[in-house]
Amino acid sequence: MAEKLPDNVFLTTLDAAASWARKNSLWPMPFATACCGIELMATASSRFDLARFGAEVMRFSPRQCDLMIVAGRVVMKMLPVLQRIWMQMPEPKWCISMGACACTGGVFDTYAVVQGVDRFIPVDLYVPGCPPRPEQLIAALIEMQDIVQKTGTHNGREFGRRTTATGPIPIELDEIRRSREALPIVDLPIYNSPNLN
Amino acid sequence: MLDTAAFVARFNGSTSEFRDNRRAIVPAAKLSEAASALKTEFGFDMLVDVTAVDYLEYEGATDRFGVVYCLLNTTTGERVILKTFVNDPDPALPSVYSLWKGADWMEREVFDMFGIKFEGHPDLRRILMPDEFTAFPLRKDYPLKGRGERHNFPVITRAES
Ligand code: SF4
Repeated sequence: MAEKLPDNVFLTTLDAAASWARKNSLWPMPFATACCGIELMATASSRFDLARFGAEVMRFSPRQCDLMIVAGRVVMKMLPVLQRIWMQMPEPKWCISMGACACTGGVFDTYAVVQGVDRFIPVDLYVPGCPPRPEQLIAALIEMQDIVQKTGTHNGREFGRRTTATGPIPIELDEIRRSREALPIVDLPIYNSPNLN
Repeated sequence: MLDTAAFVARFNGSTSEFRDNRRAIVPAAKLSEAASALKTEFGFDMLVDVTAVDYLEYEGATDRFGVVYCLLNTTTGERVILKTFVNDPDPALPSVYSLWKGADWMEREVFDMFGIKFEGHPDLRRILMPDEFTAFPLRKDYPLKGRGERHNFPVITRAES
């Protein structure tokens, strides 16, 4: 069949075509809570121009987004909101954790600041720095396009296997003790956990 | 011009001064009376701030919490700091909401961070911390890293989102 095709026609799988379309039209959900959010804004500005990568359509409605960019520190009062927004984003979706605070809590090792959002939502890419420069975010976005192309989410095989939290496990003894002692907060109105069975 | 020494003498209080910072220190039982005198007699019509200090293990301190009201007379520009002390186990003060409406959120904040109750406050809820939070983070005996509150959220994995 391939021999009969004209030169300007290509054959591919639907999965690859869908992934290719997705990677070139990422719609970010800016979850910008602090100084890193300003860098995120700068990335979208004319000087750095995120639009070159098809990712300039920042949407503040989770239903229209497929890439969450957590930029800035997340406090425990904000985490249920972050989790709900993540749950409201339609599949397939990805997450970039931008800056030291979103990745690890940064210098804010205090009672209120979550020590890495990846402990509570899945994160695909980490951008180091405090704050990261816009170029770093753009580099992460290019990397993300690669991930989107490769993981092929046509039927979600890749994600279905990821049933454990992606975040680092606590290594500090004090941290381990605290997380064991911590009682789960009951009656927290976050989301209704989907039934997987 | 308020004569702080003569003023606190009416309430068995004391006074202190640092540069142009005048403090009227009154016992907790006399707080309402002193506050309303400051408002009605001396024209301190604006409550600039309400905050608290935890004197746990502070050298020479006899009381646990100091509660501080910063007052301003908007006509003359005169300022005074009204201060009082409360103690464990159940620190409570009468609310000054009926005198200054601005006390609403400020008293809620002091309640949220220090656990000092304000009797007569119309809506004493937490304001900065989430409602589920049980501790009072600005008390000196609360650990900086918390008691595990920041760890105990449900975890969302890739498979279930
Ligand atoms: S990583 Fe640095 S720049 Fe980014 S939110 Fe944290 S403190 Fe701000």
